[in-house]
Amino acid sequence: MTFRKYLVLAGVTVFAAAGDSLLSHGMKQVGNISFHNIGSLFLAVSNPWVAFGIVLLLAFFASYMNALSWADLTYVLPASSLGYVLLALVARFALHEQVSPLRWAGIALISGGVGFVAGGPSVTHHSDTGSASSAGDIGAGSGSAGAGPGNQHHVRVATGGKP
Amino acid sequence: MRHLYTWCGILLVVSFSVVGDVSMSRAMKQVGDLHALRQRFGIGTVVCRIFSSSTFFVAVAAMALSFFSLLFSLSWGDVSLVGPAAASLTFIGNAFAAKLFLHERVDRRRWMAAFLVAGGVALLAA
Repeated sequence: MTFRKYLVLAGVTVFAAAGDSLLSHGMKQVGNISFHNIGSLFLAVSNPWVAFGIVLLLAFFASYMNALSWADLTYVLPASSLGYVLLALVARFALHEQVSPLRWAGIALISGGVGFVAGGPSVTHHSDTGSASSAGDIGAGSGSAGAGPGNQHHVRVATGGKP
Repeated sequence: MRHLYTWCGILLVVSFSVVGDVSMSRAMKQVGDLHALRQRFGIGTVVCRIFSSSTFFVAVAAMALSFFSLLFSLSWGDVSLVGPAAASLTFIGNAFAAKLFLHERVDRRRWMAAFLVAGGVALLAA
């Protein structure tokens, strides 16, 4: 894992959390939408909070696509869940909201889960197309998924030096 | 009725999210490492490769449907329920789907991570 890859994962985390927050704020202003006036879902996009939320979610989307091009889905998703922790910390220390013990327990569980996957390899299977060979084929499939630094070294060797 | 609409929305969000995430992961693996591709061939090639993948468009369609399902759910339920409930179920669903359809090696470490994160997200909503 290089600094750039950690930066991409941080982008996935921050943009998703900020985008969801803005969307939530905007949709509360728009009001309830039922099946009868489903068309108003599209009008909701004209709300500035919803619109800015969509911009941030597009940035999340770009980071997410980048991350999935070199890491497993089951690696990227738990890593991106740090956004919930981020939101809770912002609520506690910036907005001075009360965070209950249950929520702190939730934060601990999420952090533990992220720690579990972060300690392992980011990719555990063979890339299934030839196109990947030109972009740094990932040949870690034969290694044990639980293997840590050894497997990551194997990935680096297979990619011709690219981490 | 409000409760039913909320949970229907959550189930829709989860279903479309799982389809979108799995399809996007497959599409990006087919395209290759975006950073390496861009360095070697330029951004034009990266964009061409992405847009020539039909799986990518399936993923985008599913994610768009998931997005509108989320808007629908948020208009009926609180974000403190909709967000964590949808996210928790999506984590578990994605772990199963990644193992089944992407053939990822979801070992004990990753199952633990999926369940810990799903549990943590559920606790945040409590």
